[in-house]
Amino acid sequence: MPTQPISPDASGYYGDYGGMFIPEILRTTFDELIASFTTAKADPTFWQSYVDVMQNYSCRPTPITPLDNFAKSLGGKFQIFCKREDLNHTGAHKANNVMGQGLLVQRMGKNRVIAETGAGQHGVATATMAARMGLECTIYMGSVDVERQRPNVFWMEQLGATVIPVTEGTATLKDAINAAMRDWAESMETTHYVLGTTCGPHPFPEMVSWFQSIIGLESREQMQKLNSKLPERIYACVGGGSNASGIFLPFLDDNSVELIGVEAGGHGINSGEHAARFSGGTVGVAQGYKTYFFQNDEGQMQHTHSIAAGLDYIGVSPILSHLYDQQRIRFTSATDEEVISATKTLIRTEGIIPALESAHAFASVIEEAPQIPAGTQVLINLSGRGDKDIFNIAEAIGDKKWQKFLEQKALRP
Amino acid sequence: MNLTEYLKKRLTQRKILLMTHAVVGYPSLEANWEMLEMMAEADVDLVELQMPFSEPSADGPLFVKANQEALRNGIRWVDYFDLMQRASEQFAFPILMMNYCNTAFSMGYETYCDNINRNGAVGFIIPDLPLEEYGDLFESCRKQELNPIMICTPTNTKERLQKICASGSGFIYCAARKGVTGQNTELNLAAGNILQQCRQFTDLPLALGFGLSEPDDLRKLQGKAEIAIVGSALLKTWESAGKAAYRKHLMSLAEARI
Repeated sequence: MPTQPISPDASGYYGDYGGMFIPEILRTTFDELIASFTTAKADPTFWQSYVDVMQNYSCRPTPITPLDNFAKSLGGKFQIFCKREDLNHTGAHKANNVMGQGLLVQRMGKNRVIAETGAGQHGVATATMAARMGLECTIYMGSVDVERQRPNVFWMEQLGATVIPVTEGTATLKDAINAAMRDWAESMETTHYVLGTTCGPHPFPEMVSWFQSIIGLESREQMQKLNSKLPERIYACVGGGSNASGIFLPFLDDNSVELIGVEAGGHGINSGEHAARFSGGTVGVAQGYKTYFFQNDEGQMQHTHSIAAGLDYIGVSPILSHLYDQQRIRFTSATDEEVISATKTLIRTEGIIPALESAHAFASVIEEAPQIPAGTQVLINLSGRGDKDIFNIAEAIGDKKWQKFLEQKALRP
Repeated sequence: MNLTEYLKKRLTQRKILLMTHAVVGYPSLEANWEMLEMMAEADVDLVELQMPFSEPSADGPLFVKANQEALRNGIRWVDYFDLMQRASEQFAFPILMMNYCNTAFSMGYETYCDNINRNGAVGFIIPDLPLEEYGDLFESCRKQELNPIMICTPTNTKERLQKICASGSGFIYCAARKGVTGQNTELNLAAGNILQQCRQFTDLPLALGFGLSEPDDLRKLQGKAEIAIVGSALLKTWESAGKAAYRKHLMSLAEARI
C-alpha cells in the first residue's frame, strides 16, 4: 500500500494551493467523501483490491518499453524508456482513477456516477467503469467537444451512459466541470462525481493522485529491475496533471531524479494561443480550488488552446503548482507543430502511436536532446494511445487520402 | 450602517422583507438601471448586485447565461462599481455585492472590501467561499464594517449550521433546497426545517432564497422567514414578457409583504 510522499494539510492545501472553495450545499457530501477516502486509504485490503482490479481488468502492471530506435534518431547518446499507460483498458491512464473511484463508490453505497469529459477519454473510462460496476452514468461534455469527438460519444452511449452536451461558456471542458458540479449540488445523495484529474476541491487532488501513483510505483520498481538504478529524468505531459502526478510523486524524494512537466504550447507561448498555465497563468480561485489559472487581470478565465483536447484546460493540479513553487518540478511546453512531428517520429521509429497529449512529453525530449548528458536514462510517461484519435491525428498530419476517404464515406448513401 | 437594525426596523412596518437581484451588465447597464428604478419604486428592502464571472458554478441556466452575456458586453470591475455607486447614491435600499470568490481574490481582499465600502454597499455574498476559506477577509470586513452574508443549506449538519450562524453578520441566507439558482421550489419541509434549525443558532434575521417567484411564496413565508429573496424569477419575467411585466411582477411581490 503506497504512502504519499506529499500530503495536503488538514484544510486540503499543498503549500498555498488547493483548498475547498465549495458551495455550502455540498459540504456534507465532501465531508462524507473525505471520511470514506481516508478510511479506504488506511485499509491495506482496499489498495490490494484496487491492484487486483487493475490487473485483471486493465492489464497492469503496464510494461516499460526501451525506445532504442527513437533514442538513436536523437543521436543515441542517451537511453529512453517509456511507461506504457497506453496499454490500459480504454487506452489511457484515465482507467486507473476511474476504477479506483468506482471501488470507492461501491464502499459508499451510491448507485450513480457523473463525470466531465473534454476529449472524451475520461468519459469513456467512466462509462466503462459504470458498465462494469452496474452504476447509472451521466457524462457532461462541452457541445464543441461533442462535435469534435463523435467516436467517443458513440462509445459512451453504447456503454449505457447518458451524454449531456453543455452549451454554456466556451462549451468545452471547464464548462462541463461546472455542469457536473451543478448536477452534484442536487443529486449528491445517490451520486458520486468522478472527477477526472488532480484538480478541483480537496480531496480530489489527493485522491486522484493516490490512485494514479500506481504508475510511478510500478515504474520505480521496473526501472530498478531493468537498470539497477532510477532514471535521471522523467517527462510527462500536463493538462490537469493526473498522469504527471501519477508518475512523479513516487519519485519525489529521489533528488537525483529530475521531473519535467510538459504543458501545451499550442501555437507558441508568444501567440497567447496555448494552455501553458506556468507560462501565462496567475494564481486564482475557480472550480473549487486555488491554483495557477489561465485568466485575465480581473480573474475571468481565458480561452485556452491545444491540439490535444486533454491538455486544453484553464487550471492545473494544486500539487503541481506547489512543486513548481518548490522548484521540484521543472515545467516546459511543446507546440502543436512539435507535437505532430514527435508523433510521426515515434510511430515510425518504434511502431507506437501516442495520444497527442502524451506526444507533448516526447516532443520536449526531442527538443532538449542536445542538452541531455550522455549516458542519461530518460523515462517518458506514455499516458495514452493515439489510434483512438485517428480523426484528430489524421487531420493534424493532414493526410489527403484519409480526407478523401471521409468525403467518400460521407457521400455514400 | 447596521444592517440588522435596519432590517428589524423595516420589519416593524411589514411582515416580510423583499430582496431582489440583478446581474450587472445583463441585459445591459441601462436595463439594470431601469430595474433598479422599479425596485426603488416598489420600495424593495434590499438589493444584491452580482458581478459576473466566467465560471458561475452555483448558478442555474438563466443566471449562467446572464453572467456570460454580461462579460461579452465587456463588463469590468470599473463598470460594476460605477453602477453600485450611482445606485447607492440614488436609491434608499441598501445594496449587497454578490460575486464568486475569484473576483475578491484577484482584487485582493482589502481592496475588495474598500471598493464595496467606498461605493456605498453594506456587505457581500460569495457562494463559493465557505467560512474556512475566508482567511483575512473576515478581518478586512470588520475594519470596513461590512456584513459577510453566510449561507445555510438543508444538507448542512446541525453542528455546521451552528458554526455558520455564529460567523454571520447582517442576516443569514438560507437556501430553500438543493441544486442551483433558478428552479422552482415547492415551499416544502426542507425549507421550513432549515429556517427552524437556523433560528436555534442565531438572532439574526433569516432570508430564504432559491426558487421563490410568486407573491404567494412571500405570504406563505410570513412568520417563518424575515426576508424573501427573488432573483431568477424576476429576470425570467423581464426576458419572456418585458419591462412592464417585470414592473407588475415586482409590485405584486412588494404588495405581498404586508
